[in-house]
Amino acid sequence: MTDSGTHRAIDAVWRIESAAIIARVARMVRDVGLAEELAQDALVTALEQWPEKGVPDKPAAWLMTAAKNRALDHLRQRKLHQAKHEEFGHELEIEEALRQEHAVNAIDAALDDDIGDDLLRLVFTACHPVLSADARVALTLRLLGGLTTGEIARAFLVPEATIAQRIVRAKRTLSEARVPFEVPRKDALATRLSSVLDVLYLIFNEGYAATSGGDWMRPALCEEALRLGRIVAELVPDEPEVHGLVALMEIQASRAAARIGPGGEPVLLLEQNRSRWDQLLIRRGLAALERAAQHGGALGPYALQAAIAACHARARTAQETDWGRIAALYDALGQLAPSPVVALNRAVAIAMAYGLAAGLELVDALTAEPQLKAYHLLPSVRGDLLCKLGRHDEARTEFERAATLTHNVREQHLLLTRAHACAMDAKSLP
Amino acid sequence: MRFMMLMIPKGYESVAPGTLPDAKAIEVMMRYNETLQKAGVLLTLDGLHPPSMGARVSFSGGKPTVTDGPFAEAKEVLGGYWMIQVRSKEEAIEWASRCPASDNEMIEIRQVQEFADFPPDVQKAAAGFVEMQTQNGQYQGA
Repeated sequence: MTDSGTHRAIDAVWRIESAAIIARVARMVRDVGLAEELAQDALVTALEQWPEKGVPDKPAAWLMTAAKNRALDHLRQRKLHQAKHEEFGHELEIEEALRQEHAVNAIDAALDDDIGDDLLRLVFTACHPVLSADARVALTLRLLGGLTTGEIARAFLVPEATIAQRIVRAKRTLSEARVPFEVPRKDALATRLSSVLDVLYLIFNEGYAATSGGDWMRPALCEEALRLGRIVAELVPDEPEVHGLVALMEIQASRAAARIGPGGEPVLLLEQNRSRWDQLLIRRGLAALERAAQHGGALGPYALQAAIAACHARARTAQETDWGRIAALYDALGQLAPSPVVALNRAVAIAMAYGLAAGLELVDALTAEPQLKAYHLLPSVRGDLLCKLGRHDEARTEFERAATLTHNVREQHLLLTRAHACAMDAKSLP
Repeated sequence: MRFMMLMIPKGYESVAPGTLPDAKAIEVMMRYNETLQKAGVLLTLDGLHPPSMGARVSFSGGKPTVTDGPFAEAKEVLGGYWMIQVRSKEEAIEWASRCPASDNEMIEIRQVQEFADFPPDVQKAAAGFVEMQTQNGQYQGA
C-alpha cells in the first residue's frame, strides 16, 4: 500500500473507531477533552508507524490499545503527582481506574460488551445542557462523528478558528463544571435524551436546508446525523422518541433527490416527483416509526412529525394523501409542542381535508400572531387558499407580500410568478 | 455515500438447489451484521439462493434467451450483498475487511450511483436550493 493509501486507510479506521476509543479512554480519565487528546496521540503514532511498518492485522484494536496505554500512563503520572499533594480521595479514584483497567485487560471480551455504555456516556456528555446548542453540535460532530475541525467549519460555513475555539471552550466548560462522565439517572434521562435528539436534528436540518454551494460537507451532515441517530437508537432501544427521530430523518432524507427542480428551484412536497423518493429510506423510516409506536403510549414530538412525514411517504400520489390523519397528527403535535408554524401546517391540512374555507379561517386567525409577522409562508399559504377559492385579487396581494418577505431569489421568483398568474386569472373572469 | 458489498463465494456457482448456510455460519455472520447495524452504517442486506435455482436472460440478437441455472461458464457468482452508507471507499473497505468470511469467499465493493454523481450541470443547477422549513416543524406544502 502506498503512503497516501495507508493514510486513507488509517483515516477510515479512525472515523469508524474514534468515538469508541475516546469513550473508553474518557471513562478511564473522566475528562472527554483529555480523552480526545490521548486518543489523538494514538492516532498520530499510527500515522507515523504504519506507513513504515505496515498496517497491523487488527488496526482498530491496535489504536484502542495504544490510546488506553496512554491513558494508563497519564493516570500513573497523576497518581505520582497527587501522592505528593496528598489528595487522598482522588487518588482512590485513580487506583480504582487502574485496577479496573487491569481487570478489563484480562478479559478482552468484556471490552466489547460495555463499549456501548461508554459510547452512551460520551453521547450524553457531548450534548450536556451546560453547553450552548452550538457547542453541543460541534462537540458531537467532533467526538462522536469523528469529523475534523476543518470539516465541521466547512459544513457550517464558518472559519475553522471559530469551530476550534468553540470546541476548546466546550471541553473546558465540561471540565470546569465537573460534568460527570455518566449516563443520566432514570428521572433525568428523558430530558437529557431530548437534548441529544435535538442536537442530532439540528445537525440534520443544517444539512437538509443546505442553501449554498456544491460542497459535499453540508448534505453529508444529513448522513452523519442519520448515522448518529441510528447508533443512539441501538444504544437506547427502549426509548421511543429516538426511533421517532430516526424515522423522521430517514423519511425526510428519502426526498432529497426530489426536492430540487431541473433549474435548481425548490420543489414543494406535493409537486415532487414521487418516483424519485428513495423507497429504501422510506421503508427504513416506516420501520423505525413502527418501533417508536411499539412501546405503546402517546407518540412524542419527533414520532408525531415522523408520522406526518409517513402519511406523505405512503401516498403514491399527492391526491392520495390522508389529510384527515395529518390534521389529527398536527393537532396532537400542537398540544405537545405548540408553535405558530405547527398551527399553520395544521390549517393547511384542515383546508385539504375539510375544505378551503375552514383552512382559510384558521390561517386568518394566525395573521395576528406576532411570531409569524415576517414569515413568508403565512401570506404564501393564504394566497394559495384564496387563489383556490377564486379570490384572485386578494391572492395576488398575498403572493406579492410573501415575495417581499423572503430573501431567497428563487422563492421570490416562484411567488411573483404565482402573483402574476392570479392577476391573469382575475382579468379573465367574466 | 452508499456502497454495495457483494459477497462472492467460490464454489457457489455449482452448489445444489436449496443449499443454505448452516446455523453456525449464520450465527457468525449475524454478529457481524449487528456490528454494522450498531455502527449506523447498514442500510439493507440480503442473501441469495444459489444460481442453480436461478436463470439468466440474455439478449444476443436483440431477443431474450432464457438459460436455467446452474451456469456452466460462470466463475464468480453472488451469494448476497450488504448495502452500507459510509463516508469513503476506504471505510467501506475497512468494514468489508472485518467480515468473518471464509477462505473461499471474496467481497467486491461497488459504489452506488447517487444524485451527487450526476454531471456538473445538474449539480450546479442544484446550488442555491432552499428548503422551506423551520425549526418547529416542516411546512408540508399547500
